[in-house]
Amino acid sequence: MSYTFQFGVLAQYQDQILSGICLTIKISVLSIVLGCAAGIVLSSIRSIWGGTVRFLVDAYVEIIRNTPFLVQLFIVYFGLPGLGLRVGADTAALIGMTINLAAYSTEIIRAGIEAVHKSQIEAGEALGFTRFQIYRHVIIVPAIAKVYPALCSQFVLMMLASSICSAISTQELAASAAFIESQTYRSFEIYIAVTLIYLVLALALRAVLAVVGMWLFGRRVARRTMTALPEVQA
Amino acid sequence: MTLKTFGFDQFGFLIFSLQWTILLTVIALIGGGLLGFAVALARTAQLKPVRIAAATYIQVIQGIPVLMILFLSYYGLSLAGFELPPLVAAGASMTIYASGYLAEIWRGCIQAVPKQQWEASESLAMTRLQQYRYVILPQAIRISLPPTVGFAVQVVKNTSITSIIGFVELARAGQLINNATFQPFRVFLAVAALYFVVCYPLSQLSRLLERRLHAGSSR
Repeated sequence: MSYTFQFGVLAQYQDQILSGICLTIKISVLSIVLGCAAGIVLSSIRSIWGGTVRFLVDAYVEIIRNTPFLVQLFIVYFGLPGLGLRVGADTAALIGMTINLAAYSTEIIRAGIEAVHKSQIEAGEALGFTRFQIYRHVIIVPAIAKVYPALCSQFVLMMLASSICSAISTQELAASAAFIESQTYRSFEIYIAVTLIYLVLALALRAVLAVVGMWLFGRRVARRTMTALPEVQA
Repeated sequence: MTLKTFGFDQFGFLIFSLQWTILLTVIALIGGGLLGFAVALARTAQLKPVRIAAATYIQVIQGIPVLMILFLSYYGLSLAGFELPPLVAAGASMTIYASGYLAEIWRGCIQAVPKQQWEASESLAMTRLQQYRYVILPQAIRISLPPTVGFAVQVVKNTSITSIIGFVELARAGQLINNATFQPFRVFLAVAALYFVVCYPLSQLSRLLERRLHAGSSR
């Protein structure tokens, strides 16, 4: 094998890479915020109302969790215009990611809600909490604190999966890589570089989420968030 | 010239390509299982450098997109001078992807076996190999079944990414049919439905195994 690596050519495509990074961060953060909010709402109404509402929420969660993200993106990007709803590639990516992440966060938070012990709720009642106070202080916040590390892992996975949006021509990081590759034919170099950027983004996102976790739920949850990664010291 | 519509023939083509999706999943699970098992053992090894190397491998695989693993193995292997059919590149990258996650899942299962089991088997003068073979792994495998089946669902879904390098599996077949029929909504809903038909039973199986495992341990 006689191949000379030339990472130098990448330097002139800095702007491309930077704009790709920016869009990746933008759609990831937006979909995390929206998807997480939707997850809290859906898992809440699912636990409050039974019957049809619960069935519908569960059906939504199961359908999204059992079909590929790529196909969901295709339905949003290619399918919606057929129904008279035209969306751009960035919007389609954001919609697809939010829909996908909402289903996963609903499932994760549901597990947290179901793990809240009945005696906790009874204790809340004994203290004279209103139903809303019980819901807020006894159920939803402790539930999210409990599943926060799992939720964060899902957020990181979503950020990484945003690379798939390049398949519907969203100009995020993976698409920048494909563009530079088509210009320079230095495919191996560019993909190594972009892979490293994703690795750094994943670690950075994990750290930011740990800080947010510390701010919201305290040190113990934050530590679990970081160690949801495989620990290097065993 | 009239456009074709999405009919029986097209649906038949989808079913046909579903075989490739399943084949790729099986390759990924077998290859990723073997590699992942080795990494999981390394991750719980006695030598610290081995543990750190395994942990780094897992961390890197879990920290990069599957799409990048795919591109790197596609272009990397062809740089190394191999003329590769997409199936090999797709199989190789899915194997690497699966190994990183399975290793972490199985590490958790090995470490979930109570420490006393290690100590008891050590006091019976078992070698490390015997400990794994007769004491630790039989218990760890039982614990590992639900998450492993659950992960198989992720693998089935992620094989769709290989369509991006032109491997004709279910998602790619959907794209090809859509190019001929221009009925994206119908076509991709059918594709999604087929994925669902494969994944949903697996998800339910994973859940069932999980319940059975907990019923067993609380007795």
